[in-house]
Amino acid sequence: MNEKTSVTLTISGRDHTINVEPRKTLADAIRDDCGQTGTHIGCEHGICGACTVIVDGAPIRSCLMFAVQAAGKPIRTIEGLANGDELHPMQRAFMEHHGLQCGFCTPGFLMLAVGVLEREPDISDDDLVDVLSSNLCRCTGYQNIIKAVRAAAKEMRKS
Amino acid sequence: MTSGGKFVGRSVRRLEDRPLLTGHGRFAADISFPGQLHMRVVRSPIAHGRLVSINAEAARKMPGVHAVWTAADVAHIPPIGFRLTGLTALEPYRQYVLARDRVRYVGEPVAAVFASDPYVAEDAADAVEIETEFEQAVIDATQEPSMFDEGHSTEPAILAKGYGDIGQAFNAAKRIVALELSVGRHSGVPIETRGAIARYDEARDVLEMHGAAKVPHWNRDRIASMLGRKSEAVQLFEGHVGGGFGVRGELYPEDLLVCAAALKFHKPIKWIEDRREHLIAANHSRQQVHRIRAAIDEQGRICGIDNEFFHDNGAYMRTHAATVPDLAAAMLPGPYRVPAYRARGHIRLTNKTPCGTYRAPGRFESTFVRERLLDTIAALIGVDKVEIRRRNLIGKSAMPYSLDLETLGTHIVYDSGDYAGLLDKALAMARWEELQAQLRARRGKGEAVGAGLAIFVEKSGLGPFDKVRIAAAASGDVEVITGNASVGQGIETVIAQICADVLGVDYARVRVVHGQTDRIDKGMGAFASRVTVMCGEATRLAATRLREKALLRAAEMMQARAADLDIVDGSIVRTGGASGPSMTLGELVKALPDGLTAEDTFESTHMVYPYGVHIAVTRVDRDTGGVAIERYIVAYDIGRAVNPMLIEGQIVGGLAQGVGGALLEEFRYNESGEPLSVTFADYLMPTAREVPAVDVLVTEDAPSPLNPLGLKGAGEGGTNAAGAAIASAIDDAIGIPGAVTELPITPARLRALIASGKPTGR
Repeated sequence: MNEKTSVTLTISGRDHTINVEPRKTLADAIRDDCGQTGTHIGCEHGICGACTVIVDGAPIRSCLMFAVQAAGKPIRTIEGLANGDELHPMQRAFMEHHGLQCGFCTPGFLMLAVGVLEREPDISDDDLVDVLSSNLCRCTGYQNIIKAVRAAAKEMRKS
Repeated sequence: MTSGGKFVGRSVRRLEDRPLLTGHGRFAADISFPGQLHMRVVRSPIAHGRLVSINAEAARKMPGVHAVWTAADVAHIPPIGFRLTGLTALEPYRQYVLARDRVRYVGEPVAAVFASDPYVAEDAADAVEIETEFEQAVIDATQEPSMFDEGHSTEPAILAKGYGDIGQAFNAAKRIVALELSVGRHSGVPIETRGAIARYDEARDVLEMHGAAKVPHWNRDRIASMLGRKSEAVQLFEGHVGGGFGVRGELYPEDLLVCAAALKFHKPIKWIEDRREHLIAANHSRQQVHRIRAAIDEQGRICGIDNEFFHDNGAYMRTHAATVPDLAAAMLPGPYRVPAYRARGHIRLTNKTPCGTYRAPGRFESTFVRERLLDTIAALIGVDKVEIRRRNLIGKSAMPYSLDLETLGTHIVYDSGDYAGLLDKALAMARWEELQAQLRARRGKGEAVGAGLAIFVEKSGLGPFDKVRIAAAASGDVEVITGNASVGQGIETVIAQICADVLGVDYARVRVVHGQTDRIDKGMGAFASRVTVMCGEATRLAATRLREKALLRAAEMMQARAADLDIVDGSIVRTGGASGPSMTLGELVKALPDGLTAEDTFESTHMVYPYGVHIAVTRVDRDTGGVAIERYIVAYDIGRAVNPMLIEGQIVGGLAQGVGGALLEEFRYNESGEPLSVTFADYLMPTAREVPAVDVLVTEDAPSPLNPLGLKGAGEGGTNAAGAAIASAIDDAIGIPGAVTELPITPARLRALIASGKPTGR
């Protein structure tokens, strides 16, 4: 179990070849081995969603996946969401609507919302609340997150 | 404000957001140093027992394991002391960093493993064998006290507070109301777990701890004294903090362990808590049982309140000592005239996780108790719940109102307020009369819907001081240094707004440095909704000094009188349309050999008292016992709003936590003291589905007379009355006044209430 194995993770288009134990979670590998600490770990059992990243076009909990399982699949993390200095509409909307306070759950919410809206741009407001209820935030009370995501959804449909 | 409040009072965007949105935050787990070891804490698997032996041989032999510590390795470290409300009687109940001869709760640290990799450290921790002898666990804080250890009972102290002639009040009473009410054990549970990274810099002989939060200076001084170092040889560094809520940033055993190990091993030591650990090791809060009696007259006016309560503090007295029961006792009278008052708070130790404060400590509890009492009196007298409150509210003309009680070393004097005025505004916002008619009609059709309300007084702005140093740079940027801390509430933005208005610069040019003990010698930190009030006023004072200095020096260079100069958008200009050259603040700094700095301290011996009203509308599913919150209104008087958007954010976020405590969140234990809420699947926090849309009304009717801006705190008013208002609404929905006596109102408890046989019609 403790034998390390070589894996190549493709994060935001860039390959990271790393040596990890098969038991290492994708979340830990992204953070510790690929140096991208924007993906946060809040519970390590798939409930809080702070570690949400986009794998193969779908938002997933990176604490529930082993790094070796993500080999060869395109991974997107929070660090790749903005286009250079230009924030993604979802990031801008969170700023405009005060959708974050401490910011710890924020990368997970951003990746969750972007991942879902890219697949379902016309998702209903009510279904959107259902989707957002899959991640936990302890600061905002969610109302501003919902407002931000709805505003960004409009923006994303335009582009 | 000199420049006319360009930023104060406006919902400007937060300066904190960009790194947090782009994945460039610096939370505890993001901090690493070369060559670091990872610590894993081995925790007691039983609630109470004698520690017979710890066998760490197998763990020590595992590849990658550097060391395993037990109590003998930290025998030189004294127990962790009290930060607030310390009573001598509580001292024998302080916690050592590793258990010595007895364990007292599941989760208590008994050993620490240091290894090259966190996975290895966890493997090794699993291999540490702990042998214990079970003893009976104390689970119920209301049972007769038993022995904590030789010479010490599980009831270290009974808090006593009061004023007036309580005996006379009850003798003269027309009626007496008695209730037993309880609040469940729950806590802040930030999404970021705790973490601490210590490093010993031999070259400078400085011990550093990163991942600090809330009260870095107090913790620095305490770590230094506990480890036998000078204060200046220990420095704490706050990065981003993923939620505080009272829990995060207190001084815990793990903080001392990483620091002691960094000194011992001369290697950086990193500890990141996992979620199960957090739920059994970080401070719990709230659990109290109140037995309240009130003497009332025929109109339902309160003549006296006599409250005996039991505070379950868990296994040890931690840094908050008696803070939570003290606040519960002191804040219980709230916004009402209570001519005679007596509170007796039994501080009790049990075999559960030790407790500390959680957002609105003592007030979430006592507001629930007081407002349940008011609802019960209303039902008894036969008036509605609004009218009973009107009859008892303290009038605006009585302000400032001295309560004849003390808490946190301050005398309680409500500094300003118009409680009835805010109640009217909240009822208007809810369209209360119309709402009542709608609810009656829906109940007539068989729905279990109802409305409840609760009124409360908050406290904020705890002193005794806050110190701020401001420096302008040659770039024109301004740096504000404070010993305060950020827990995500927006301190960088709010303090920048206040500074910018006084100085006459753009708030985005003001950078607020906080939580770095090497940048300023003193600091109180972020708790008790104190930051905007204390640090805000200290900033105003220091910025005023800096401005005066700048204008004096500029006057010499510009050959003008300082009184004829102003700073506008970062430029020093002549007022009154006088012509002549101007200069920027940055140019002035460049020209000054000593630069441009100023510092000042704001001292305050009294807290300031915001107040609010919560109104909840709930729908109960009689079959499942589920509760849906259809509407929620919070009206809150902030005195003076620096950034309304952030205040609303505090209120809505605080309410979400209050909803959790009212309906969902509970640390449950079985009869042998085993914790049952150890994952997010058992400890249920509200999601976007459970938190209702909230109508927030922020008013500025009662600025505080205790600071020139009139500031009061925003942090806890959203949480304070949530349990009370939701309980009131559920009573109304199921048609049983006073039905709810226990929080959280879980589906099982609510079904039992509905099935209790009492009529649900009216």
